[in-house]
Amino acid sequence: MPFVPTTDAERAAMLERIGARSTDELFEVIPSPVRFPRLALPPGEPELTVARRVQALAAANRPAAQMACFLGAGTYHHYVPAAVRALVSRGEFLTSYTPYQPEISQGTLQTTFEFQSLVCDLLGMDVANAGMYDGSTALAEAVLMAERITHRTRVVLAGGVHPEYRNVVATYVAERGTELVASEVTVADAMLCEADPAALLDEQTACCVVQQPSFFGRIGDWAALRAACNRVGALLIIVCNPLALGLLKPPGEWGADIAVAEAQPLGIAMEYGGPWVGMMATREKYLRQLPGRIVGEAHDAAGRRGYVLTLQAREQHIRREKATSNICTSEALLALHTTIYLSLLGPAGLRQAAESCYQYAHYAAAEIARLPGFQVLTPEPFFHEFVVRGPRPPDAMNRRLLAADILGGLPLGRFFPALADCTLYCCTEMNTRAEIDELIRVLSEP
Amino acid sequence: MTESPNGRAAQHTVTIRPEPSGGPPRPSEPLLSELSVAGRCGQRLPMPDVPVTPLPSGSLLRPALPLPELSEPEVVRHFTRLSQLNYAVDTGFYPLGSCTMKHNPKIDDEMAGLPGFAGLHPYQPAEMVQGALRLMWELERALAEITGFSAVTLQPAAGAHGELAGMLMIRAHHLARGETARRRVLVPDSAHGTNPATAAMCGYEAVTVPSDARGNVDLAALERLLGPDVAALMITVPSTLGLFDERMLDMTAAVHAAGALVYGDGANLNALLGIARPADLGLDVLHINLHKTFAQPHGGGGPGAGPVAVRADLEPYLPVPVVRRVGEGVYDLAYDRPQSIGQVRAFGGHFGVLVRAYTYIRLLGADGLRRVSEAAVLHANYLRAALREWYDVAYDRPCMHEVLLSGRRQKAAGARTLDVAKRLIDYGFHPPTIYFPLVVDEALMIEPTETEAKPTLDAFVAAMAAIAREAASTPDVLHAAPHDTPVGRLDEATAARHPVLRWPQTPAPRAESGEPPSATRASR
Repeated sequence: MPFVPTTDAERAAMLERIGARSTDELFEVIPSPVRFPRLALPPGEPELTVARRVQALAAANRPAAQMACFLGAGTYHHYVPAAVRALVSRGEFLTSYTPYQPEISQGTLQTTFEFQSLVCDLLGMDVANAGMYDGSTALAEAVLMAERITHRTRVVLAGGVHPEYRNVVATYVAERGTELVASEVTVADAMLCEADPAALLDEQTACCVVQQPSFFGRIGDWAALRAACNRVGALLIIVCNPLALGLLKPPGEWGADIAVAEAQPLGIAMEYGGPWVGMMATREKYLRQLPGRIVGEAHDAAGRRGYVLTLQAREQHIRREKATSNICTSEALLALHTTIYLSLLGPAGLRQAAESCYQYAHYAAAEIARLPGFQVLTPEPFFHEFVVRGPRPPDAMNRRLLAADILGGLPLGRFFPALADCTLYCCTEMNTRAEIDELIRVLSEP
Repeated sequence: MTESPNGRAAQHTVTIRPEPSGGPPRPSEPLLSELSVAGRCGQRLPMPDVPVTPLPSGSLLRPALPLPELSEPEVVRHFTRLSQLNYAVDTGFYPLGSCTMKHNPKIDDEMAGLPGFAGLHPYQPAEMVQGALRLMWELERALAEITGFSAVTLQPAAGAHGELAGMLMIRAHHLARGETARRRVLVPDSAHGTNPATAAMCGYEAVTVPSDARGNVDLAALERLLGPDVAALMITVPSTLGLFDERMLDMTAAVHAAGALVYGDGANLNALLGIARPADLGLDVLHINLHKTFAQPHGGGGPGAGPVAVRADLEPYLPVPVVRRVGEGVYDLAYDRPQSIGQVRAFGGHFGVLVRAYTYIRLLGADGLRRVSEAAVLHANYLRAALREWYDVAYDRPCMHEVLLSGRRQKAAGARTLDVAKRLIDYGFHPPTIYFPLVVDEALMIEPTETEAKPTLDAFVAAMAAIAREAASTPDVLHAAPHDTPVGRLDEATAARHPVLRWPQTPAPRAESGEPPSATRASR
């Protein structure tokens, strides 16, 4: 068997050393009625045969990345430089594990330290962890962290926070007696209105969560909200799109206490939803409440610089039921994607990627707004997404676009019944003027 | 950008110190920030070919973007050099107990990277992703068959995340029956730390159950703790001591008799494929670590995936969405499930990991999977027999896929388990898991896996024997180990007392006019 090298002769030699007559004998501790069940699975097949099967499943999909894609809503089609894929597929990164032995894990440890540093610089925060499962679970952990810091259990979520992120927060706090309050999203005078969450704050509020840009693309100004949080002693949590931070003021400069982000836009394939990695950063004074792995600088006896897992007294393997979280991964390989992506793009490249998204989105929005019967509801300024209300139901519109090989935006009725006639469109640097013009042509067909 | 965000970078010089082992001096790899030189760039994007829209007001924009600046060749060399500082399954034997560091077929990664999978957006309509949905549905069926359960969710992102989902389902089960008094969760003292941490996250009080002298859960103690206030027992099968509990069926029956459920931690499933189905052992819920048993490489600490399998009456509580077969060869995602615990992660789950697991199960089939577990258990028992002469075996009876040693003898001679582990590095091996489980003094947890060949196991035994002799004769050699690594033992205590968790903050460069610099405009 290709993946189990042991031959019959080797097995016999090992059994003799063990003092057992057969491998079956090693399993005699398992009650015989349940021992050695016959599994009704297809028989194993050679690599070539399996590859054909799996390729056929892949071919039964129609990937967004191979179309003119205007679908975003928390998952984004961006360019992944070739060097990212080349480097992350190195076996030394791919087939190592959690760096429990720092002397032979400096590759993973240093790249993780670099990831933490990049997260801090990009988000404008003091300290970051090594990574969370994704953006949504990073937010859920941020909410739990805010409850620990404030000893309060009321959480205000802005209506512009991704609805699936809000769902995940609700699952995480379900058994903790947390009161979740969300601000409203309405449409008035052909304009989307995201109510100010500041109105919902009170002295029992642990934290207020906002998203930058909002789920609907709007770029918020959080100065007043920061002041409002200060008045009641609530923490400010900002969920952000890290690619937008090539352009936008980072959470740290808005005064965020905790900032989280989904790193997928930075060098990670959409891959039908994962695996990705969540960024999570906070202020220095909250470091001991930060969940997840953290890597720190250390030195050996000869004075050489290296890196180690540190502050482990927060974690489940030491603290057990008193740990900050049960998480014991950092999505290290995905964090490596992002670290390499950011080092390739640098400040000029990331700025340009962000500006391209902004420019294409505004061009598309302006052209759509000109079409008879269409309205763009997201108020200025917006980043790379905007809400469109058109003359036909969103699904019907999308079917028409699909026929022209265009993947339309997200029909919003799925999450917001009041927006059932609306679609969330997204543009990135992957779009071209020709694609957008074709989108406009199909949308304008009678 | 007209200024360097990393002005200090140009002055960086690589530090070269003499090696303690007397070898040639070796420069450490600088940080990205130290390699940065103003004006370098490793990737250019096309300029947008549309009319320019003015940017939002300056108060919404960042004045500075302090990222390192490097060219592509520098980036490639930096990360390649760093990769070479890692020990990995691809480079050598990695017997890290409880982690199942086995070789994963390379075809799995290739399949996950197919554009038909990697290029899918999770919000594409079901009719565009039928291949992906079918793969998920078939994987759910395969995992259900292997574990004996009737329903599976693929959504959890990791083992601990699966625990959270599974324990929330148990909580939902009790609440649906009006059993609000069940506030305690029993956890064996040998358990992985995630178990009590998960119980606490779900609002439960974690209560420890002792192990007995043979490495089983102390059944009498368990029965004393069981009562109307207990929601569940969380157990790992086989246990974290590398053993199959000799009274497994009595244990699960006792839990059920008290009206509680048995949560199974599937971290050690690599021992049970085609050997025993956890559902047949009386488990009610089980999470499965695809990154251990089903071929997702560990990636330096993620990604993984933690699907959860449940018995039929818990199916309504599965996280949404669930994959549903709506007709012959037609699949969709179902969201309308009122009893669901909700979503545990946005956008489904770790689909790329699922592709690898699916490919792996198709490669092996039922017979291949059984041979995996047989070989994994054979190899662990071989190491138990071969190492017994040199080290104490914590529980000397047939083990499952991993063998637990104690370094008591070596400790008495003046070398601790940590020293044994570090000395193994000098012999070219990754050390086993050490000081876990907590119930065994100076624990060394060795998991050889099925993918190692006998000559490798023999070389490992020879190294362990040599280290045992050194521990008795020249323990200082062990204390100073490892001798030939890029860094020696690092001062972790100081690192935790004075944490340095990022490179130095870069002073924000300001553009002269107060206007933010614009990549778009600057080049027009």
